[in-house]
Amino acid sequence: MTETAGPDRVRSAEQIGLSAREAAATPVPHPTSNAPPRNAAQAAGPRDTDSWARKVDRLEVDPRAGVRGTNVAGRRLTGPIQGFGKMWQKTYRMKAGPGIAPEQAIATWREHFPEFWPKGNRFAGALTGINPGDVALLDLAIGGGVKLSTGVFVLYADAESFTLMTPQGHMFAGWITFSAEREGPQDGGETVVQALVLMRANDPLYEIAMTFGGHGKEDKFWAATLTALGERLGLPNPVVDTKTTCVDTKRQWRHANNVWHNSMIRSVLQTIAAPLVGLAHMVRRGKDPAQV
Amino acid sequence: MNAPTLTMDVRRIGDEVVVVDIKGEVTAACEPMLMSAYEAASDGRTSRLVLNFAGLEYMNSGGIGMLVTLLVRANRQRQQLSAYGLSDHYREIFELTRLDEAITIYDNEESALNGVAK
Repeated sequence: MTETAGPDRVRSAEQIGLSAREAAATPVPHPTSNAPPRNAAQAAGPRDTDSWARKVDRLEVDPRAGVRGTNVAGRRLTGPIQGFGKMWQKTYRMKAGPGIAPEQAIATWREHFPEFWPKGNRFAGALTGINPGDVALLDLAIGGGVKLSTGVFVLYADAESFTLMTPQGHMFAGWITFSAEREGPQDGGETVVQALVLMRANDPLYEIAMTFGGHGKEDKFWAATLTALGERLGLPNPVVDTKTTCVDTKRQWRHANNVWHNSMIRSVLQTIAAPLVGLAHMVRRGKDPAQV
Repeated sequence: MNAPTLTMDVRRIGDEVVVVDIKGEVTAACEPMLMSAYEAASDGRTSRLVLNFAGLEYMNSGGIGMLVTLLVRANRQRQQLSAYGLSDHYREIFELTRLDEAITIYDNEESALNGVAK
């Protein structure tokens, strides 16, 4: 099944001018943060070696200001193979013109990724931008004043693309690849910026949520993100085309128990329990002479 | 879109097993080539598809995504997908992305053909 929608245009939350430094941006080197340095033999490996994150079994995170930071530590990564729902490939594309190099677009995106997110959503990544092995914490607005707390792992990053992978409990199991490349006559034509999502809903509850409005919300989210990037790059009228393809119509019932990690349920419970937890902390401090 | 620098050779081993020798760079741009190799390998008899990555020089995240799409197609045809010839680096990437949970990894062609995973 193939569904195609668009062009779609959504106003960004913020309008920020492109700085001279960004205009001259070069790809940021990727200091990998989740493993010791490689030895000489490994360093002589394929040229993608430093673009991939090192292997992790479970995610480790440090507290970050401005986000709750729950539902990430200790979680495993999940790709489309580990998800529950139908498998979707969603492509959001924006023409950036011939004047913007792909490397410039990706460098700007990597450096200012959180600033392009729609209002009400928080992305707390590393201060150095997007680098392989980083874990970013997310608070996503899901309505009713409730924030869904989850995270993403930077799986891959090079000068022309970067990929985020989701942990257990996230709405979807899969990855999002952000890329830019020249298209057109002999590939020296205009730069096209793209976000490509390959995903399955992580569990049956998310599958229901995605079916009843979740996919539409996600489309608006990424269209708004690309539009904000386009405005930052100085495009006068950024337009985002959305294409959605169902790659696999089968649901993977053997992964239905992923619902145990569901971050939406846990976030709601954490929101409800927050005042009680705070009160318990205050009482505990009051009883502890060292804290008085 | 940049031209892919990849070659794929399809070898039939007996009635049901096909080996695809992958040499060069695996990126999303190679999807048409991989899918046409898959079409050539799937003639109705094939029940096992073995990917030989000994000649793999480069792979980005788009390449991993393409392998997931190939896996879905193979599963639809009730074909088993396996791989061998992965360097330590690429084996680690298969493990990181948890692709190894669906694509069985073997050390060499002999063990892949015999179905003996290490």
